[in-house]
Formats: sequence, structure tokens, C-alpha cells
Amino acid sequence: MAWLTTLPWGQLIINGIALGSLYALTAFGIVLIYKTTDVLTFGQGELAMFSAFIAFTLLDRLKLPFPVAFVLTLVFALGLGAVVERVLMRRAQQGSILNSIIVTIGLALVLVGMAGFIWGYEVRPFPDPVTGPPFLFRVSPTQNLVLTQLSAVILAVTLVLMLLLFAFFRFSLVGIAMRAVAQNRVAARLMGIPVDRINALGWGVGAALGAVTGMLIAPTNSLFPNMMGDVAIKAYAGAVLGGITSLPGAVVGGLLLGIIDSVAGFQAPELRTTIAFTLLVIVLVIRPAGLLGRREIKKV
Amino acid sequence: MPPLLQLENVEAHYGRIRALKDVSLEAAEGSIVALLGANGAGKTTTLRVISGLLRPTAGAVKYAGQRVERLSAEALVRLGIAHVPEGRQIFPELTVGENLRLGAYTRRDRAGMEQDLQRVFALFPRLRERALQHGGTLSGGEQQMLAIGRALMTHPRLLLLDEPSLGLAPLLIQEIFRVIQEVRGQGATVLLVEQNVHMALSIADYGYVLETGRVMLSGAPDQLRANAEVQRSYLGA
Repeated sequence: MAWLTTLPWGQLIINGIALGSLYALTAFGIVLIYKTTDVLTFGQGELAMFSAFIAFTLLDRLKLPFPVAFVLTLVFALGLGAVVERVLMRRAQQGSILNSIIVTIGLALVLVGMAGFIWGYEVRPFPDPVTGPPFLFRVSPTQNLVLTQLSAVILAVTLVLMLLLFAFFRFSLVGIAMRAVAQNRVAARLMGIPVDRINALGWGVGAALGAVTGMLIAPTNSLFPNMMGDVAIKAYAGAVLGGITSLPGAVVGGLLLGIIDSVAGFQAPELRTTIAFTLLVIVLVIRPAGLLGRREIKKV
Repeated sequence: MPPLLQLENVEAHYGRIRALKDVSLEAAEGSIVALLGANGAGKTTTLRVISGLLRPTAGAVKYAGQRVERLSAEALVRLGIAHVPEGRQIFPELTVGENLRLGAYTRRDRAGMEQDLQRVFALFPRLRERALQHGGTLSGGEQQMLAIGRALMTHPRLLLLDEPSLGLAPLLIQEIFRVIQEVRGQGATVLLVEQNVHMALSIADYGYVLETGRVMLSGAPDQLRANAEVQRSYLGA
């Protein structure tokens, strides 16, 4: 096991956290939608991709500065999420749980097809939100830890979003109402909470989170209709690892998966996904509700 | 003065199954009206129609002088109808305080909300002690208190209670019934669905007996208690 000590652990973990932030943001959107609307969506990655294309159009065609394009894209995603809820999910949820899951898979396929039709399937470069030399941290005379500016931005954005959303769900009346709707829809209606509008908001915020992810992933992974494939799979794994009902769990799960990915990818690149999922299976065998999840008690 | 609540020939369905056939009843402002009957008689359905959870297929619901049977549950909360559903239905993963705060979701009058919160804590001191605990960790009786307290936070003019005594120990049942009377004393009108017919008739001003989706009998508590049918079916005499 000599190789264990020769690995550049510090750097791998930093890379893993930067990568894991992207998984965490995507997982967060999935859990958010699941918690507020009771739908496990398989369209989160594609919502992110589509918003990234919108951002690309604003940046590249309309030549808007990055912050302006960023905000406009967020507004677009918020609306897109609300429309998805209003037009598709509200109807789909009248049926069984399976119906709504299938509808989200259909949504993913439609979004990929539309993006391909509008922007084409070629791989495009996406402008970096920040440029400049990477940060260097000297840990020993012979070793520096490297953090690119993009990774630093990704980390900072993830952290700020988590704190904002945490405060929103804990302290704001609308945030508390969103949690209430997820727990008991009928009781929420009896409190005068507009359940449909809250669900639309859940999808809107989820899609906006996806948009942030898309805009942060596109600079490294480039922009193309299937750009989120690998990230989305890892994000689902992260969401499940953390316990699908727990927002902090989604973050922990996403970050953990990023670190595993980074370490395993360094040692055995061809096995990194296999190793990540093997660990996922082991965790779920030991803790079926996930790391921070609560075992759900559903009344029949 | 016309009654606060009036149901006229209400009919309601769950899918193809007719749950209410021809229900007419009324509740005068400031009264406690008991809704009695066996399981499946239509008591819960009647409450669901009044609070807007179920739209009637025929008939009229009049509340405070206007037709309301086509309004949404959200709109009816704003008009002052609060429904404490069967099985309490609190939000288990929200704290007691958050549960109560959601009761006032539709309100913007901060002073009134604070006053109602103090009123709820005065009625149920235990809720104040447990304000930071998750609703799901409360005992059954405390959850019932929370459900009623949460409904009172809407500042209701009409309070619908579905089986508030279900599964509670006798002492707790007495406490709940004391609160119901107190709430009425503060001006609210109460429509009470109960299996515990003795207790319900002891505080009610008027009662209706439902059977298979229609009103079989109605009258003052004394009249109902004296009725041979009621005695045989519900009072175990």
C-alpha cells in the first residue's frame, strides 16, 4: 500500500471539492424539487444545459457582460421551471409517481433535442467567468497546492447559495411553506398556502440552481447538448448518498463523490465511475436512508 | 339574523361513489353544532365540502351571506373558515413554532397575529414549552393541541373540528373539550364531528345525525339524547 502515501492527497482533495461542488449544486436542485413537489426529476441536468445555452447566446451573440448574462439566465431558468411545473408536472402528478418520473425523463429528452435543433450538436467553448492565474498555496518547500480561479468561483458560489437557501428555508415564511407543502399537501391547503404556486416556485428555484450549475460547468466541460450526462449521474448518486430528503445531505454527498472521483481518477482513471458507485452501494447497504437522510414513514 | 353557515341539499361524490346525498344543515353564529353518525356516514365529507377540499356536485354552501361552494380552500381560509382535519395532519418536520406560524400564512396584521399566538399559548401552555420541538416528536394529545392551535392562528370565524378526541386519554379529551368551549366563548362558531357522542352533546347547542350520506335526525342535545334510535345506535343504552 505504499502508493497510498505517495498520492498528492491535498491537491486531489482540492480538485475533488471543486468537482464535487458541481455535483453538489446539481444534487441540491434535485433534492429541492423532490422535497417541495414530491417528484424525483431526471431532467435537472438538462435544465442546467439548456440554461447554459441561453447564457451562451446572451454572452456570445448579444455580447452582454458576464454578470448581466448570469442574472438574465437565472430569471429565464426561474420562468422555465415554473412553466415546466404549470404545463407538465401539475397534470402528470394527478397520476401515479411513475407518471411524473417518466414525464421528467421525457422533458430531459425534449430539452436535449431542442438544444441540438437550435444550437447544434457540436462542442463549443464557453467563456470563462473569470480569468487570471491560479491561486497557489505553499504547503511545503517542494509542494504547492493549486486552485484555479474558476474552481475558487465555483466553491464560493456553491457556499453562498447553500447559505442563502438554508436561511430561506429556515427563516422566510415562503421557505417554511415550501417545506410544509412537501410534508402535507392537504394540511398546507388548509392553512391557505397556494400549493400550486409553491410547487411552481420549487421548480423555478430548482431550475435556477441548475442554471448556475450549467454556467459553471460549461467553462470546463464545454457546451453541447449532452454536456451534463456524467455530472447528472454523479449528482443523482450524490443526492442518494446524502439521503434524498436532506438538503445538507445533497451537498455532503456531492462533495464526497467529487473527492472519491478525483482520488480514484488519479489512481485508475478508467475505474473512477466504478469505484464511486461501488462505494455508493456499500453506503446504501449500511445506511439505506443515506448519510443524512431520514427514513421516511409514509402513511398508507 | 341568518345562520353563519348553511348547507342546502348538498350532494358530493368521490369519483363515482356518492358520499353525500342530500345534506342540509345550518350553524348559527357563536354556536357549537355537533355532527354525529357512524363511520362512513359522511361527516368528514361534509367538513371537506365546507372547507373547500371537495367540490360538491349539487346544492349550495352559504357562509356569512354568500355562496362559497365554488371557492378554493385557500380562499375560504381567508374568509375565516378553519378546518382541523381528522388525524391532526400537523407538519411533522417543522417545529411547533413554525407550524403555528403557517397557521397565520394568509395574514399580514402583525399585532393581531401576536395576540392570537398568545391566545393559543394561553389555551395550550404546553405548546409554548415545546415551541422549538419538531411537531412529529409531540405526543398524540399535544399534536391535537397543535392542530387546533394552528387553526386558531388563522383567526377563524368558523372552526371545523374532525374527531378531536380520537385516540386521546380521557383527561386530554376533557382538556380539548374545555378549549372548544373557550374558543366558542371568544366568538367563534364550531362545527364538531365526534364519535364520542356523550361528550359532543354535552357541549353542543344543536346536533345533526348523518347516516349513509344524509341527515337522518336533528335537534337540540336533549331531544337527540331522548331519541330511541340515537340511544340504541350511539349511546349504548
